[in-house]
Amino acid sequence: MLQDQDRIFTNLYGFESPSLDAAKKRGDWDNTAGLLARGASDIINEIKASELRGRGGAGFPTGLKWSFMPAERPVGQPAFLVVNADESEPGTCKDRDIIRHDPHKLIEGCLVAGFAMRATAAYIYIRGEFVNEARVLQAAIDEALEAGLIGRNACGSGYDFDIHLHRGAGAYICGEETALLESLEGKKGMPRLKPPFPAMAGLYGCPSTISNVETVAVAPTILRRGASWFAGLGEPKNTGTKIFCISGHVNEPCNVEEEMGIPLKELIERHAGGVRGGWDNLLAVIPGGSSVPLIPRSVCDNVAMNFDRLSEVQSGLGTAAVIVMDRSTDIVRAIWRLSKFYHHESCGQCTPCREGTGWMMRVLGRMIEGRAESAEIDMLQEVTTQIEGHTICALGDAAAWPIQGLIRHFRPELERRIEDCRRNARQAA
Amino acid sequence: MKETVSITIDGVEIEVDRRLSLLQACELAGAEVPRFCFHDRLSIAGNCRMCLVEVAKAPKPVASCAQSLMDGMVVSTRSAVARKAQRSAMEFLLINHPLDCPICDQGGECDLQDQAMGYGAGISRYGEQKRSVAEKNFGPLIKTSMTRCIHCTRCIRFLDEVAGVPALGATGRGESMEITNYIEQGIASELSGNIIDLCPVGALTSGPYAFVARPWELVTTESVDVMDATGSNVRVDSRGREVLRVLPRLHEDINEEWISDKTRFAIDGLVRRRLDRPWMRGREGLGEVSWEQALGAASQRLENRDATRVAAIAGDLVDCETLFAMKRLMAAIGSPHMDCRQDGMAADPTVRASWLLNSTIAGIEDADACLLIGALPRREAAIVNARLRKRWLAGGFSVASVGPVDDHSYPVKELGNLTDALRRIEAGESPFPGAANPLVIAGKGALARDDGEAVLGAAARIADALGAVHGDWNGFGVLNVAASRVGGLDLGFVPAAGGFDTAGILAGAGSAVDTVILLGADEIDTSNLAGAFVIYIGHHGDRGAAVADVILPAAAWTEKDATYVNLEGRPQRAQRAVFPPGEAREDWRILRALSGHLGMPLPFDDLDSLRQEMTGEVPHLGAIDTITPAAWQSFGSTRDMSDEPFLPAIGNFYRTCTISRASPTMSLATNAFPSGVQQSASCS
Repeated sequence: MLQDQDRIFTNLYGFESPSLDAAKKRGDWDNTAGLLARGASDIINEIKASELRGRGGAGFPTGLKWSFMPAERPVGQPAFLVVNADESEPGTCKDRDIIRHDPHKLIEGCLVAGFAMRATAAYIYIRGEFVNEARVLQAAIDEALEAGLIGRNACGSGYDFDIHLHRGAGAYICGEETALLESLEGKKGMPRLKPPFPAMAGLYGCPSTISNVETVAVAPTILRRGASWFAGLGEPKNTGTKIFCISGHVNEPCNVEEEMGIPLKELIERHAGGVRGGWDNLLAVIPGGSSVPLIPRSVCDNVAMNFDRLSEVQSGLGTAAVIVMDRSTDIVRAIWRLSKFYHHESCGQCTPCREGTGWMMRVLGRMIEGRAESAEIDMLQEVTTQIEGHTICALGDAAAWPIQGLIRHFRPELERRIEDCRRNARQAA
Repeated sequence: MKETVSITIDGVEIEVDRRLSLLQACELAGAEVPRFCFHDRLSIAGNCRMCLVEVAKAPKPVASCAQSLMDGMVVSTRSAVARKAQRSAMEFLLINHPLDCPICDQGGECDLQDQAMGYGAGISRYGEQKRSVAEKNFGPLIKTSMTRCIHCTRCIRFLDEVAGVPALGATGRGESMEITNYIEQGIASELSGNIIDLCPVGALTSGPYAFVARPWELVTTESVDVMDATGSNVRVDSRGREVLRVLPRLHEDINEEWISDKTRFAIDGLVRRRLDRPWMRGREGLGEVSWEQALGAASQRLENRDATRVAAIAGDLVDCETLFAMKRLMAAIGSPHMDCRQDGMAADPTVRASWLLNSTIAGIEDADACLLIGALPRREAAIVNARLRKRWLAGGFSVASVGPVDDHSYPVKELGNLTDALRRIEAGESPFPGAANPLVIAGKGALARDDGEAVLGAAARIADALGAVHGDWNGFGVLNVAASRVGGLDLGFVPAAGGFDTAGILAGAGSAVDTVILLGADEIDTSNLAGAFVIYIGHHGDRGAAVADVILPAAAWTEKDATYVNLEGRPQRAQRAVFPPGEAREDWRILRALSGHLGMPLPFDDLDSLRQEMTGEVPHLGAIDTITPAAWQSFGSTRDMSDEPFLPAIGNFYRTCTISRASPTMSLATNAFPSGVQQSASCS
């Protein structure tokens, strides 16, 4: 369990003010100029050493990602840090709490990360539905600008760095990094083909790096407390602390910052008041937001919450949004609902996702009531593999995985419903 | 950096240009990669996912159309992974496709149909409700069946990139995504028909051709277009005696693979208002007569006249063979009065560079600036305009215009509409200082006016002043609008010593001139001809035929083997696709018969010997598809230009000649796209 002194987000619950003064009391903006004085490559090396992995879902090593930005650019060419605050993954609400209760962590993070990657400005793309969060964040940006912490000669470091806030319009796909760039440029949010990768040609064709809110917000603390402190939490390659969003059939749904690799059972029982009706009433858990495959109760018993351990059980940490489902859940309907979500949010650009999400949703919709052939389970499984890995962006994968998890762990349930439906039809006849 | 990379495709190692995409490299290696969204001349979308291939060490199948090449790449287009990916994409494309091939106009020439044969499953596993999409109004030229759309976005990209008209886009997300033009007012682009060819399925098909024929019923003839002076390469598809459609044929140096809407859709004018038998004016107006009577009347008129009172004017659609025969006949009669410039466009008949687009169309891509003088290329030569836009898209190309304001589809610095602007440029006020290879393009609007000679002279001097002519580069050009014009000037179909030009003939009609032969000349003020005896040789009952005393029915361009020289000076051959209707005959045969009646037979009895005579006189007309460069000399007049503003040369893009005026489709387009119609004082 995470010790209080190791917590990064000390105002996650908003017990204190999000204002600059309060943030300073919590330790933010403490000698930021000193952090910058260490130099860009030193900051990136420190982040690399901390083994921080991106908190947006994919878990790409952050230091490595930041180091992709070109060290030298043609004169006059800007480079951008783009912060992905388009938090739309069902079950996930961590960035939202960071932004509304601890915005200065993010802003200081932008400055540090932007400096490290030699960016000229940061764009924060915030989810359109986050109206109050956008207000709080804008107020915090204004405060920081007023105090000279960002803008011209930020923190007296001699480095000019502006932060712009941009509100999205409510499309899940705009959380995909290149679709986000398109949207930011005023175009329809559709993912770009890669390569070229954003670090070469991103926003407005300039070198850009897109990072999640939580990833950026933890950077200053890592620099202050040292990479070894951060790397000392969790296990190698899965280090540090992480905000878990626990929702669903638990007694006390909550956001909580915990050490990476905490056992799932401990996480739920200690912080969320346990599963409704007790641990034995647990049916399954989606451990990382709607995009990752569910894990059944038998796996939940022992699994540890980090990237590699969850990947070993054919799931993923994703955004660490833990969706708990007890035995009252209609598991087929639950996954169908996610399927419907992906069908609704598919951008329509590339074929497998555009056509396949609707197909999967419809087949699964029939399977809720068992109106299907058992052979269709295999067909559905195959359709998911026809989408997975064949699309421009990861939304196709995200649409396929929950269904793969369902078939992997609940195939008997699907078959039972089909059989029941048949029997009922026979009896009715 | 090395220019080539060595990659292995399906076990074959090849060395290819590193700038190619993987898909293009696969093609070079002889591997077939299916695709829908990829098109050589459009930006890469990578959205159909049909071209996925397996690349060693890549975690997932790779979209080969969007993949750049890396040395040592090992690619398989046929491995299990690649095949699964391709078959998956095909299955997904088909689940919401209606599979109504038997009633689809694309059937038989459909990319989806063809590729489904190779990559589709025999049966569908999709049993759910299929998507249906409301039809859109893309105007009278393009018929939509949007349920068939596979969202490849080629049409969107073509209009955005090549045509420069952002008329289409995709609304909605996911399965609800639809290709639409937002406000349903048709697609107002002179190149819109090309999206029919680009559409890989039957979502966009030709409106006028809907349900007319199946591709296997058609006989294809390779030909060149005469609707403007561009000489676009086309294929003419016919069935029986009727031309049913015209499609573009690839010619990298002229039209690439695009054609204008007039080229594509005006063909229904070929079967309407045709002159299919000889006519003669009697007491009760025009009456049908036999060839014998008509030729007899014409020759009688010509025989008994003072030769110097006979004149000939050639129209816009006349081929070189006809012009040559006519010129010979005029020489035999002994008349100097002839002109192939019915619009009176200025040119110095002794200097070939004064009527050519000397840079050539492909050469536009080597230019770095362009001055348009009274030229609206989008209306006057849509394909040339597409090339100008392509050059502009490549960057580092500035265009300025002295002439009427128009939407050129690329930004143009408007320098006003008065000749004063030309004087300033001539005096050294360059609109693009430092340009190494500028173009100076004068249009009909600048040259077909009373001071045309002076404007031509000014344009030539401006070309010199801007450094548009140096070494191998000749950036001076005239944007001709008529298919017959360059051929006519090359053949010297201009007034001989002491002869009248078009204006002179029209002014003298009834007095100095009393017999006028109109070779398909309709775009002239025919009211002047009332006092003269008019022999009309042409194929449509238009203005010229209305004032004729004898009508000798001739063949349209799809009905004869003929040579046309395009505005670059490139001779090309049109080929006969169908026979002329009724008693109509090929033009040169009519002239040969007339000469026989006159007792002064022309020295050729077949097309080959005519061409031999013709190329003996003008050798470069025999060099088919070859441009013979013209030497740069001074031409034009140094007289002062008038202060009249330049006017658009073409009033209505869709209706410029006898064929397009007879075309119901072009009438529909005129009504549908008022924005495609420029206001003009001249009636053309």
